Amino acid sequence: MSPQSSAATSNWPCDVRPTSSRHCFFVIVVSLFPLGIGPEPDLLRKLAPGVLWVAALLATMLSLPRMFADDHRDGTLEQLALAPHPLGLVVTGKVIAHWLVSGLPLALIAPVLGIQFDLSADALIVLTGAILLGTPALSGIGAIGAALTLGLRGGGVLLSLLVLPLYIPVLIFGAGAVDATVSGLGERATCHCSPHLPLPHLASPPGHRPPP
Amino acid sequence: MKDRFNLYRFASPATFYPLAGALIPWFVAVSVVFGLAGLWLGMLVAPTDFQQGEGYRIIFIHVPASWMSMFIYLVMAGWAAIGLAFNTRLSGMMAQALAPTGALMAFLSLWTGALWGKPMWGAWWVWDARLTSELILLFLYIGYMALTAAIDDVKRADKAGGLLLLVGVVNIPIIYFSVKWWNTLHQGSSVNLTKSSMAETMLWGMLLMAMCFWMYAIAVALMRVRTIMLERERHTDWVKAELAGGEK
Repeated sequence: MSPQSSAATSNWPCDVRPTSSRHCFFVIVVSLFPLGIGPEPDLLRKLAPGVLWVAALLATMLSLPRMFADDHRDGTLEQLALAPHPLGLVVTGKVIAHWLVSGLPLALIAPVLGIQFDLSADALIVLTGAILLGTPALSGIGAIGAALTLGLRGGGVLLSLLVLPLYIPVLIFGAGAVDATVSGLGERATCHCSPHLPLPHLASPPGHRPPP
Repeated sequence: MKDRFNLYRFASPATFYPLAGALIPWFVAVSVVFGLAGLWLGMLVAPTDFQQGEGYRIIFIHVPASWMSMFIYLVMAGWAAIGLAFNTRLSGMMAQALAPTGALMAFLSLWTGALWGKPMWGAWWVWDARLTSELILLFLYIGYMALTAAIDDVKRADKAGGLLLLVGVVNIPIIYFSVKWWNTLHQGSSVNLTKSSMAETMLWGMLLMAMCFWMYAIAVALMRVRTIMLERERHTDWVKAELAGGEK
């Protein structure tokens, strides 16, 4: 078994538990917007890409502190760092695991929520695709923030301060692709940029030894 | 060969501390001279702009502050790279000493930009690419300062802060271009930032003010790094000797 896949699978039991609450958060936040803004379908259709993406960012961020925290607490992280496998590969495994329990379900839930916002079928497809493409970048950037704030007091708030500014390009391209489809410009205007976004971030996971 | 040896010698806080102390008055003096010259040129000599009237003169604060906010971030990232690559103590201290000045410059740039924008564009704030990326730069500065402040172990603080700075440097072009494309997709060219060609005196005034801000940034960073050194090296003999000498 490769270190990557073993790191990914070893994460399953401890990562799956908080999954449901983080996705309930996504659903609730998105559902709050029509209540706050009003039910006009035209307005909701216009707001949907931004609202869904911002909610996806926040939901991803909520789950980040747990990425390394449990392993840090029980010493697993030290064992992983001491293991003969390259640390970068192990972290990549962690990022993949995080995406599987965080980003992938978000992409599956998003079209259902998009229907609430009266999005067309085309826009729903683009929305799902954009979230599928964008969330690996969120997990990758998030891993950097999670590693840097590991074990700090007030780490959760600090994490959002570090990570959210770096999430901006993903938000812009992700929401932009859906927005372009909704307004009839065609998703190709921005979609061609999005697949490249995760790459630099996945290529630079934190080469950061866990603190003693 | 001798020069290189000398430079390396100052990588140690014990030798850099007196050097910084000796350099500070010079940088302050040069900054004041450049500032006075720049303000004289900018406020008194430069002609009134035919489109914007006297209001444009805020450019002499606004543009140097924006330049410095970006430049200081790059310098910090440079120190961070040196610190991570060679494991030097001084570089982390320099990065931390520069951060508040950089944040101040970013804030000044946004604030003066708002004051300038209100009479000229009729709005305190527009979601233009430059404004937005400057705001994000301010967030990056605040994030760096918050991160280093939250870590008690200075070695880890330097390392974590350095990594964040380098990630930020990679991201700044991405953020800038994404914001730019996003902006053009939505707003078109309703806001046009292109300026009319500048009079020579205006350009010189701006350059002098930029030099003034630059020297000020160096002076303040050196003052701050001296304090950081004393705090971090308080267990060493040279700091004890320094403090005892100061009390006499």
